[in-house]
Amino acid sequence: MLYFARWKIYSILAFLVVGLVFVIPNFLSDNGRAGLPTWMPHKQINLGLDLQGGSHLLLEVDVQAVIQERLEDLEGEIRTALRAEFVGYTDLSIVDDDAVTLRIRDLEELPRALELINALASVVRTSNFGVGIPDIEVDNTNDGDITVTLSKEAIQVRAAAAVEQSIEVVRRRIDETGTQEPSIQRQGEDRILVQLPGVDDPDRIKRLLGKTAKMTFQMVDQETSIADALAGRLRPGSEIIPHDSDVDANGDPVLYVVERRAIITGEMLTNSQVTTDQNGQFAVSLQFNPTGGRRFGDTTSQNVGQLFAIILDGKIISAPRIQTAILGGTGQITGNFTAQSAGDLATLLRAGALPAPLVILEERSVGPGLGADSVAAGKIASALAFILVLIFMLAAYGIFGLAADLALLINMMLLAAGLSALQANLTLPGIAGIILTVGMAVDANVLIFERIREEIALGKTPFASVEAGYKRAMTTIIDANVTTFIAAVILYVFGSGPVRGFAVTLAIGIVTSFFTAITVTRLLVSVWLTRTRPKELPI
Amino acid sequence: MILIRLVPKQTDINFLGARKAGFALSGLAAIGSVIFFLVLGLNFGIDFRGGILVEARVETGADIAAMRDSVSTLGLGDVSMQEFGDPRDVLIRVEEQEGGEQAQQAAVDAIKAIFATEIGEVEYRRVEFVGPKVSAELIRDGVLALTIALAAMMFYIWLRFEWQFSIGAIIALVHDVFLTIGVFALTRLEFNLSIIAAILTIIGYSMNDTVVIYDRVRENLHKYRSMPLVDLLNKSVNDTLARTVMTSVTTLLALFALFFFGGEVIRGFTFAMIWGVLVGTYSSIFIAAPALIFLGVHRGAKGAPPGKYANAERIEAKEPEDKKQITDDSTADSKGEA
Repeated sequence: MLYFARWKIYSILAFLVVGLVFVIPNFLSDNGRAGLPTWMPHKQINLGLDLQGGSHLLLEVDVQAVIQERLEDLEGEIRTALRAEFVGYTDLSIVDDDAVTLRIRDLEELPRALELINALASVVRTSNFGVGIPDIEVDNTNDGDITVTLSKEAIQVRAAAAVEQSIEVVRRRIDETGTQEPSIQRQGEDRILVQLPGVDDPDRIKRLLGKTAKMTFQMVDQETSIADALAGRLRPGSEIIPHDSDVDANGDPVLYVVERRAIITGEMLTNSQVTTDQNGQFAVSLQFNPTGGRRFGDTTSQNVGQLFAIILDGKIISAPRIQTAILGGTGQITGNFTAQSAGDLATLLRAGALPAPLVILEERSVGPGLGADSVAAGKIASALAFILVLIFMLAAYGIFGLAADLALLINMMLLAAGLSALQANLTLPGIAGIILTVGMAVDANVLIFERIREEIALGKTPFASVEAGYKRAMTTIIDANVTTFIAAVILYVFGSGPVRGFAVTLAIGIVTSFFTAITVTRLLVSVWLTRTRPKELPI
Repeated sequence: MILIRLVPKQTDINFLGARKAGFALSGLAAIGSVIFFLVLGLNFGIDFRGGILVEARVETGADIAAMRDSVSTLGLGDVSMQEFGDPRDVLIRVEEQEGGEQAQQAAVDAIKAIFATEIGEVEYRRVEFVGPKVSAELIRDGVLALTIALAAMMFYIWLRFEWQFSIGAIIALVHDVFLTIGVFALTRLEFNLSIIAAILTIIGYSMNDTVVIYDRVRENLHKYRSMPLVDLLNKSVNDTLARTVMTSVTTLLALFALFFFGGEVIRGFTFAMIWGVLVGTYSSIFIAAPALIFLGVHRGAKGAPPGKYANAERIEAKEPEDKKQITDDSTADSKGEA
């Protein structure tokens, strides 16, 4: 155990040098790091949000809303298709959050109806045999009841797409705010974890994320009065939508009857900016893509004198009258805007609509003051823990303790190198993990030294005692480290945020302390023994 | 150089003699913990209960009474306020608001708004809210993590030792977990996610301690084939006692540094760890080791049922033999070394 082949010594030293290279950037200023040669690592230890201050938001995509929307579309498509062919039906409605049902009046027309409805299916994906799998399943009974169900697969595909798209939109919206180094990750099926370092009051971001920003231009249905509409005499293609800011005499929002069909949707926008209208009020300018520009041009030229509504997230923000045909592919939203609200709307429209609303499930925000205090406290506690353990080991094991202390120093260096290299976040519990490592790292050496003492007590020579001490302690060291390592891995898998930081430092600490105990101290002890050839071991 | 020895060179403490007292004490403590847990319950933090936590600092000194009065006008239900490590700092906990995730957000905004008008300049050092969905999952994940950790440890010990060892180790671990939960029920310290992390670490630490003793038991079982089990276990515990004490002391030194200087946020976690190191060390010696007597250890002739030997051991233990018969046969197996 005490003999080291030359190549082993060099590998150990080389490993330590690599560790050192990874640690160096932590001691340099930004300028100093920029001056490092390119082959050297430049990364410092990442501080977690609880240490540098920042916000952690866990969002959930309301997938059910996406499904609901698809069902509403489907209901509308069925209505349009059957009407166009004059197929009589009753009781068209959405049931159980995943199906649309209806009843065909004349059984003679059932096959025709089924054919029309089946034609509405869109392909979710192509199966392995090259056959398209439709997104709806159409069932019917002999007495004319038809059930159109969204297939499980279609729901899954749509939900997954909605989550993907939401992540993209969230990323774009946060980028627009100029937040430094945000991290936006998918978590589980339908969740998004947003981490915003340095943002201790995420109100503005939460406000931005809280809006779906689904914008549409729809024609106002001027043939139906509000009174009729409220009495239920609403044309099937119309709906009632409240105004966002205009209120009537009672303080209730003004209602409009609006055609369901959208002329322009948010996807047709290519740009939007804050601007001012002819009265000097804040407004938001819109730039359409060719399709949007053409549709807007056609609609405005056919409906001069009519009202259209600009609808955002289910509320009308403006309902202007079409004065002339607008053909240039641009538009403008005026309303009761402030500089801030116009700016936010422009940002939201540029970043695109969320496919579904987001719900904030969890928020953890730490101010920079608390973070800095935690770092300071962590530094004092680690330094103290470190010094106490160093002194104690020296006092208990003398020259062997010195070797263990040196190993502990190297251990800390390797731990810092590991954290820098892996770019794991150092959190407050992570600091606790380091301190715990300081206490526990010496365990392997304690096991060995105590074993050496026992061997000496048996009357063995110094060499034989040390040799046997290392050899016998090895299985115990492995068993003991593996158990703690198991605990750390489980913590990592089940933990979140700061707790994960703890698991990472604990795990790295176990590996580095194992390495240093069996290589570094052993090497030191071996060198010392061969140099001094003591008659008696001072332990 | 005079070296400190916390444990004398040769100890011959009859730990196993105290096994009945140890089991009785631990049994009582474990039952007590369960009762405390059932009767008092745990003071769950927002991680598990849902709700809002705000750590606020008022530079001129926090007037907790005034802040409490302000918040009480908001009708947010159960609100607790306490000084947090510094007269300027207040920790405000608000129970989960009805009305799902959005309601929590609204409550935070309401608190900030009322402080702005009635208290003045307030620095928000920490704002957290956990909605009902997440808190339910965190409870589930915590319980799952503990169960899996225990199972994984048991499996590893079973792999490396015999099944009796793995049962003994798991009894000691469950004991540690019970006592830690019990002390949190009794002291009303906040039980949050970081405490789960602490318990998992305690499991790792206690296991580590137990493994060291078990390793020595296994070694001695090979060495001293005829030694009565009680004596053998006693010897194993005594052999490893110096190491047990040394490692506990270095770990506790580090933990106490963290407890006193690591700041308020981490104090609950550190307390749990200190408690766990003490309990874990105790349980390795007084539970994990003696458990082997009751479980019986397979030794001697192959194929012999362990139960028979376990009984024999227990009878022998009543009349302790001369301990000096422990002969040093290490000369035999030191061949080939050096």
